[in-house]
Amino acid sequence: MTRPPLPPNPDPVLNVPLTEELIRRHGLLDEEMARIRELLGREPTLTELGIFSVMWSEHCSYKNSKPLLRLFPLEKAETGDGPGRILVKAGEENAGVIDIGGGWAVAFKIESHNHPSAVEPFEGAATGVGGIIRDIFTMGARPILVTNSLRFGELDDPTVKRLFRGVVAGIAHYGNCIGLPNLGGDVYFDDSYEGNPLVNALCLGVLRHDEIKRGAASGVGNPVYYVGAATGRDGLGGASFASRELSEESQADRPAVQKGDPFMEKLLLEACLEMMAVPGLVVGIQDMGAAGLTCSACETAARGGAGIEIELDQVPQRETGMNSYEIMLSESQERMLVIVQKGREAEVEAIFEKWDLHAAHVGQVTDTGRMVVLQGGSPVADIPARGLTDEAPVYQRETRRPAYLDEVQRWDPASLPAPAAADLETALPKLLGHPTIASKAWVYRQYDHMVRASTVVAPGSDAGVVRIDCGEAGDRYLAVVNDGNGRYCALNPRRGGQIVVAEAMRNLVCTGARPLAVTDNLNFGNPYKPEVFYLMAEAVAGMAEACRAFDTPVTGGNVSLYNESPRGAIDPTPVVGAVGLLEDPAHLTPSHAGRAGLTLVLIGGFPFELGGSQYLKIIHGLKTGDAPSIDLEIEKTQNTFLLDRIAAGDVAAAHDLSEGGLLVAAAEMVFGADGVGVSLDLTAADGPRADALLYGESQGRILLATTPEKTAGLIQAAAAAGVSAQVIGETTGDGRLEVRLPGGSKGLGWSVDELHRAWSGAIEQAMHRPGIRS
Amino acid sequence: MKAAVLQFPGSNCDQDALAALRDGLGIEAGYRWHKETTLGDFDLVVVPGGFSYGDYLRCGAIARFSPIMKAVVAFAERGGKVLGICNGFQILCEAGLLPGALIVNDCLEYRCLTPHLRVEEAGPLFNPASLGPLLRLPIGHGEGNYRIAPEGLAELKANGQVLFRYADAAGRVTEAANPNGSIDNIAGIRNRAGNVFGMMPHPDRAFAAYHPSQDGLAVFRSLLELPAPAHA
Repeated sequence: MTRPPLPPNPDPVLNVPLTEELIRRHGLLDEEMARIRELLGREPTLTELGIFSVMWSEHCSYKNSKPLLRLFPLEKAETGDGPGRILVKAGEENAGVIDIGGGWAVAFKIESHNHPSAVEPFEGAATGVGGIIRDIFTMGARPILVTNSLRFGELDDPTVKRLFRGVVAGIAHYGNCIGLPNLGGDVYFDDSYEGNPLVNALCLGVLRHDEIKRGAASGVGNPVYYVGAATGRDGLGGASFASRELSEESQADRPAVQKGDPFMEKLLLEACLEMMAVPGLVVGIQDMGAAGLTCSACETAARGGAGIEIELDQVPQRETGMNSYEIMLSESQERMLVIVQKGREAEVEAIFEKWDLHAAHVGQVTDTGRMVVLQGGSPVADIPARGLTDEAPVYQRETRRPAYLDEVQRWDPASLPAPAAADLETALPKLLGHPTIASKAWVYRQYDHMVRASTVVAPGSDAGVVRIDCGEAGDRYLAVVNDGNGRYCALNPRRGGQIVVAEAMRNLVCTGARPLAVTDNLNFGNPYKPEVFYLMAEAVAGMAEACRAFDTPVTGGNVSLYNESPRGAIDPTPVVGAVGLLEDPAHLTPSHAGRAGLTLVLIGGFPFELGGSQYLKIIHGLKTGDAPSIDLEIEKTQNTFLLDRIAAGDVAAAHDLSEGGLLVAAAEMVFGADGVGVSLDLTAADGPRADALLYGESQGRILLATTPEKTAGLIQAAAAAGVSAQVIGETTGDGRLEVRLPGGSKGLGWSVDELHRAWSGAIEQAMHRPGIRS
Repeated sequence: MKAAVLQFPGSNCDQDALAALRDGLGIEAGYRWHKETTLGDFDLVVVPGGFSYGDYLRCGAIARFSPIMKAVVAFAERGGKVLGICNGFQILCEAGLLPGALIVNDCLEYRCLTPHLRVEEAGPLFNPASLGPLLRLPIGHGEGNYRIAPEGLAELKANGQVLFRYADAAGRVTEAANPNGSIDNIAGIRNRAGNVFGMMPHPDRAFAAYHPSQDGLAVFRSLLELPAPAHA
């Protein structure tokens, strides 16, 4: 159908012909332009071109990742109405919502702000936190915690230090000010992320089932309100910016990075929750995040099967002379779009007046199915709403297995000389002192992790735990963890993807929590490169397999592509945030065995592999080998066994073996407990290499501490459950870590205090600034 | 026994303070919005932590002009008890109800920790006999570096106005135990009259079994002159 052109835009700057150059700069392909002309029945205006450009960017449309996301389970296989039931599915709304029992639910999601953080680390990271918090309270939930997954280059590089300091300060600034405890997450340092750090922020909120709000516009004639901060020229085209590779010129994109105002967001959060608490006042609500007013307007209309009309003259603006292109594409922070029940406008306005915030009536819901944008009474954009959302293009990208995979997977540990005892001894403090393994206290002491007075387990353990006050339904204890080892995914993306999920589950279980669901953040390179897309497809398939195995559906998340610096793509780095519930607060299990006289039991056996380990990286400078082996069925059995033994009161402490392997885990279990040491007898572990035994990173392994009286029962129960469990040592009172190796050699030994110093001081020393107290 | 918790735009420990008073201490407590001009009848006014007005300009510098603060000043002048925690302490300094000022931490970073505090002889409500010699209370602030001119400091000491000082686990007041660079490791003070209190540490984060300590309850009890529970 051919339609007449729209009248000229009030700003003559926008009345220019759409040249090839202009179209290319909007990142739109020829086939996409043809589709736009077809959808509109005419040539788009420049404002409309901008709108399509952001809505059809990878960031908003998932056009390249959608076919992969379909692999994830979105529902629990085990039906029933127990905790973990999905109440709002991935992709339906701004965040997924799951049941936690007693009529209560949690909304949670993780989102990236990688590109902005690479260009402007403080504001980039801060606004990443702000964006994900809005996604959560948009659902009607009160946010109660944040976590984050961070990836940087090696910390000896001054630019990396600048980025690391800036990102941590930015996260701290936003989260601390708004008053959300940061329960931790994970931080890795690896060359692969130099020039393209990853900043993934998770937020979780609590609500009753009857408080769930939808981002849908319905009810013809219902007024559309714009609430929160005024619109400026900042963050113009941020979604498009996030959908291309970083280059030397990216610094010039600084205007695409938004500036955050956590105080404004705190007011907006409180005002919105107050408004949503009034029954029947809010018809639909959505935050203005990526693609700002454009995205919130067309998505609410599309979800509600309605149309929406916006009058730009009514939009609060903090700069004069902004044209329609700028207003529609601005990514100014701390703004929301609210569809209000007609006739109740005054109630909404009074609430925002109380909080000294804008609440501007900017439009209404229509029945046209179109998003119509007016300025000075005449249309500047008029687009079918679903054309921007549901009908955005979806591509099946080409995949090609990278040649390097065969090479690394063929790697044989025997190509390394057998380590001498002295090498094995010097390796441990080096591993513990590498920033990836070292204590992250430098990071989390800058985050308020105690505000809200509900933090039960602070950062620094296997998982964070928070108490949730569910009113008359009593308290719930929820554990949350972030995991994602990109090195494994680079070496074997399928297996690496499985490990990302399995490790998160293991961490939850070690805390005593039953896993419920995950949110994912897929950080990859340019999807148009077939090798990159292969890694992504395989990693996602592996994650999906693991999610099915553990029956932990994916409740939503984020895709961040084009994570490349001039040096190439990052390691494929899918990250998950996983949540679990403690059935009884008494099940809370520390990762720390703070006293002498406990028996140490290793679950999962002694494997002999080194592939992908931090030992290979830190000691030998190698990034090779196959990713560690993993068996999802065994992991499941072990997890069930561990939760049973925790419930039976048999477990004094449990710590997951991850980066650095057995000795790192054993040392971490007694760090900080005065004079407590560990004695390990590994003589029964017969195998080819002592370094693999001590530092290999085979999956599915957990170190438990139990009392001597309960040890026999625990081992028997393991045998009955078909779980590999063996006593490998005990905690001692001599402040030493002593290890007896197979083959009757003299054994290895360290002072726990010295190891602790290497571990606790590494990041602090690297980040020390002369003349400033640390 | 009844306490009021003030709410400014940007307060974020208001709910924690209310929970500490109601659930931890078991006394009656309610919020007072900053736009109110009268306080009502209370035994204690708590100015809670957070980032009132985003900490813009200076911590507490804008909140002190909120309408409720006139009523708080009048309440304090009548001898009413006022406790400022963290941002609340900053607001009370800005309002002139407490001497000195709080500036950016000497590490130039936010600090969230649970330090030890040595209890000083600070009159009938705050002293080692009533509270014990050493407490542990969480801190979470970027601007808790207490500053006061030498004459002011001498006066604080002479009048027993210092409530707590950052210390190590053995109760020694050392530079290493000072998380923010505060002069003389000062973590909390009172006014000369003994009815207005300010502290950077959070008693409102130390009352439940899962908190790093339950020492916050002792602080509130001392302040309200409540007897210690029989089983303690």
